[in-house]
Amino acid sequence: MSALLISVGAITALSSILALLMVIADATIGNYGEVKITVNGDKELIVKGGRPLLGSLMEEGIFIPSACGGRGSCGLCKVKVLEGAGQYLPTELPWISKEEQKENIRLSCQLKVKTDFKIEIPEELFNVREYRTKLVKLRDLTHDIKEVNLELLDGQEIKYTAGQFIQFKVPAYELTDEPVYRAYSMSSVPSDTRHIQLEIRLVPNGICTTYVHNHLKEGDEVIFNGPYGDFFLRDTEAEIICIAGGSGMAPIKSILMDMAEKQNPRRVRYFFGARGRRDLFLLDEMKELEGKLPNFTFVPVLSNPEEGDDWDGETGWVTDAVDRHMAEGDGAKSEGYLCGSPGMIDACIKVLTANGIPKEKIYFDNFG
Amino acid sequence: MNETIYPVAIFFAAIFTNNILLTNYLGMCSFLSVSKELKTSLGLGAAVTFVMATTTLLNWIVYHQLLIPLKLDYLRFIVFIIVIAAFVQLVEMIIERVSEGLYAALGIFLPLITVNCAILGVSLFMVIREYSLAASFAYGLGSGIGWSLAILAMAGIRQKLAKARVPKGLEGAGITLIITGMMALAFMGFTGMINIS
Repeated sequence: MSALLISVGAITALSSILALLMVIADATIGNYGEVKITVNGDKELIVKGGRPLLGSLMEEGIFIPSACGGRGSCGLCKVKVLEGAGQYLPTELPWISKEEQKENIRLSCQLKVKTDFKIEIPEELFNVREYRTKLVKLRDLTHDIKEVNLELLDGQEIKYTAGQFIQFKVPAYELTDEPVYRAYSMSSVPSDTRHIQLEIRLVPNGICTTYVHNHLKEGDEVIFNGPYGDFFLRDTEAEIICIAGGSGMAPIKSILMDMAEKQNPRRVRYFFGARGRRDLFLLDEMKELEGKLPNFTFVPVLSNPEEGDDWDGETGWVTDAVDRHMAEGDGAKSEGYLCGSPGMIDACIKVLTANGIPKEKIYFDNFG
Repeated sequence: MNETIYPVAIFFAAIFTNNILLTNYLGMCSFLSVSKELKTSLGLGAAVTFVMATTTLLNWIVYHQLLIPLKLDYLRFIVFIIVIAAFVQLVEMIIERVSEGLYAALGIFLPLITVNCAILGVSLFMVIREYSLAASFAYGLGSGIGWSLAILAMAGIRQKLAKARVPKGLEGAGITLIITGMMALAFMGFTGMINIS
């Protein structure tokens, strides 16, 4: 009996002493008090010190894009820190290039706020909010792409520019133990501020795509934050070349529908690459847009038309079709808008620059 | 306590002939996951060495001054774990507070090794082999250096391996484990050269 008491007592005493030590340490060594974050030179936030910048900003209602939720594995949550941050941590360096280091770009999920900070973030991030929505309609576009229609709850409205993206919150379920965020472009028209629409392709074992395809049902609640991104139509007179593949349709469709509403007279050519007939979708909508937009051509391109596809349109790689369609001198008066896999984007940049479009006039989202 | 074994002999034995990683296969998880780059391996190795040397010392004192007099030596597993965890946490907080450079180089790895089995292993071996205080410290320090050398060797090999054509199914952990096995085979040749227990 006494042995039992002594052992329990000893462990308890030791644990208590160490716990007390930790509490004292946390209150002294680990206590950084309140610190001030100055955003863009005017906005001042008072936050509790010692925690990562990303989380501190999120608590103050400023959402920095992040796809991994602060684990330092996506490299998206970059923020320019003018004052306060010390040297780079090994966990930041894989994501920060030499040029970015010179500009004091930091990975905000890894960087802890221990002293007063001065940071700079793009103005448009102040518009970013978290939205609660209801899934009103889930529609199959192809055998592996679903259209997700969300209605904003709580009477909220969202303001965004056609082409921008949001971050979809996937709750914990069988493929993930904690909520994760994944970025998707909106395919809806910005004039409808109460609804947004996404196009999500099933990726085998993809955390978010599996959730949307196999678990989500109409009527379910979906949470997202946004809008983000600088992929939108530039306000110029230039001709527009859009190239997309698969679910890369989404932001292009949004941009085109927005142009149709505004009766934008610019010349648009939209090349859409797919494998076979079964990977093509929204053909009727594109036909309708050709009627609504003054100067719009839709060019679907099949790389592997199957027998029975009965296809008389363009075949081969989408980039080759672009090359065939671009006439001498087109490049100098055009802008490129791309959405697709990193490999496709690289190939498109090659063919567009070869045809004379300057690199800085080719726009795309880098989700890779 | 065996006075015939000198701390110096133990120190070198722990580095080479009785390498904790290659002969006892302890501390494998961080060894496999962090050995991709030389620079990070060096940081982790330094952190492991520091923690091993200091916690062995600390645990020796706790064991011989507290557990033995109270006849509570059977509690050593749980006590060692608590002491290591609390100590590592404390060191991390202090480093983060006082030295930014040290935190970036070393502190960031500390939470990773709180639950490293090699560190607990060293403390337990020290008890089983009845080392003196000096011998324990030498053993902890030597084991840490030995572990660091092993992970540095592996990081060097893996940097070369990045250019090799590894069969798809063996990429990553698979090929690393096979190489670790080969390194361990080489170290088996040293078995029995120095008697440290």
